[in-house]
Amino acid sequence: MTGPVALAATDLLAVEFSAAGSLAPLLVADAFAGLFDWFLTAVVGGVFSWLAGVTGLDFLGYPYMQRAYLSVLCIGVVGPLVGSFLVYRDLSMVGDTLAHTAFAGVALALFLEATLGLAVPPLLGALVVAVVAALVVQALIEYTDARSDAALAMVLTGGFALGSVLISLTGGGISVGINQYLFGSLATVSRADVGLLVSMGLVVVGSVAVAYRPLVYVTFDETAARASRLHVRAVNTLLSILTAFVVVSAMRIMGVILVAALLVIPVVTASRLGRSFKQSLLYGVLAGELAGVAGVTVAYLYGLAAGGSIVLVALAGFVAVAAGHRLA
Amino acid sequence: MTAVSLSDVAFSYGDVPVVDGVSLDVPEGEFLGLVGPNGSGKSTLLTLMLGLQRPTHGEVRLFDRPAHDFSDGERVAYVAQDVTDAARDMPVTVREVVRMGRYPRNLFGRFSADDREAVASALDRVDIADLADRRVGSLSGGQRQRVFVARALAAEADLLALDEPTVALDAESREAFYDLLGELNEQGMTVVLVEHDIGVVTARASRIACLNKRLYFHGDPDDFADSDALAAAYGANQRVLDHDHSHHHGNSHDYPHDHSHGDARDEPEDES
Repeated sequence: MTGPVALAATDLLAVEFSAAGSLAPLLVADAFAGLFDWFLTAVVGGVFSWLAGVTGLDFLGYPYMQRAYLSVLCIGVVGPLVGSFLVYRDLSMVGDTLAHTAFAGVALALFLEATLGLAVPPLLGALVVAVVAALVVQALIEYTDARSDAALAMVLTGGFALGSVLISLTGGGISVGINQYLFGSLATVSRADVGLLVSMGLVVVGSVAVAYRPLVYVTFDETAARASRLHVRAVNTLLSILTAFVVVSAMRIMGVILVAALLVIPVVTASRLGRSFKQSLLYGVLAGELAGVAGVTVAYLYGLAAGGSIVLVALAGFVAVAAGHRLA
Repeated sequence: MTAVSLSDVAFSYGDVPVVDGVSLDVPEGEFLGLVGPNGSGKSTLLTLMLGLQRPTHGEVRLFDRPAHDFSDGERVAYVAQDVTDAARDMPVTVREVVRMGRYPRNLFGRFSADDREAVASALDRVDIADLADRRVGSLSGGQRQRVFVARALAAEADLLALDEPTVALDAESREAFYDLLGELNEQGMTVVLVEHDIGVVTARASRIACLNKRLYFHGDPDDFADSDALAAAYGANQRVLDHDHSHHHGNSHDYPHDHSHGDARDEPEDES
């Protein structure tokens, strides 16, 4: 299993960079791919094998489970981190909307391959379409009279409609591949997918760390932020693009339909636990990590859908916290 | 120096004129009370003053710069009418909100000793230092408004603009809050206050502007009470009053309350 998957990782990077036609980026990409392979095998594999030995849980030693755990650890960080800047502005549906339009991107990539023979990586299609959709949503909210929830609903259904029409155009030939994207999967998580998640994770964490103050000001009081001459539109654009990144990179595991859950549920859970915003960010990430790890474990042990298991565990966490809060 | 200068400003939403032909100056150090009936465009005028919207006609200047082009964010602090909505749900402490006042000055770097000092003295100044680590959502309405004033103080803002800040407050905290605004004004801060309670404004403000789409009065609070402006401005919407000016001159502080029930937009009970 590892052999072809490892090839896929380097292939994806190679395809992207060879387009530039220069040798230097290719070498850099090779170096990064090599570094990441080492990280995945030596560091992650080593830690998990040790854990497997200590706990006696054999499945911790399987490379595909290690990839799954590493993936949900990343999603558990970036989901609540970005979601915290959406939930309190009544923009919880943004993640869901971008995920459904990302589905159109996947369908478009598969469609181009099926009809024109163009090899577009589906996740690249998803990323491009989701980022475009994010900018469209922002423009709709800003320049038209559409209320934000209506604008989101229109883009969400529009994206999904486009995806389903593109799939039907190829006579069902690509619908097999589509299922993985709709519902997500643990077993098909490749090294390339994990690589994407880890690099997205670094980009998202880095961006939030740098832009924390403008993000938090705009989330709390957008008009005052504008009066104080913060560049609110730039902040909103950054947030939209980060959301698209998160959704697309987590899509392979969580599935289009459920991926937005980790942008919302851990954040709502944490809003009852944290006092300060920073504290609630931390609790949100912890809740996301917990849901991810427990969800993947449960899914493996009982042969359940991973995305669904993670979401249900996250919801159980929310219910437990809410009940504890009421009793306390 | 003039904090805000409007010359022949007009604004309309589509075809609906909201503000028309307004010219007025707010010199630095003034406490301007902006009054008018519901839907009179006073909130819109405030956003125009701050450069948050551009007028469809005329010119707005903020500290001698075109308002839309003004970039010294820390000089301007704005407390919007609906700001408390977000404050209720979001887990954020008093200190975190007051620190936001420093963000226009220091958006990315480490907080300096000056920044921390400004935050601490702002908390002290409005008597909420003991609440610094409380969640803003757990505070009373009066305490919460003090948090927003503290944010303006931390910014060391020159102009504080507030849109009906005391709508959800009881009479006592309302008095205390306006006392605070009065003190800050005496210490040099320019205040522009949109308020529907005319009694409170005329007692505190150094100047009154009475608006109903166009400017009906701009001048001294004492002259305002003696003028026909109030009746004229409110009468433009509420024709009921037109025949009875003399009777209402004596207690003009009160009657806008009685006639504002037609439009729910600015009513206190709808803001809670």
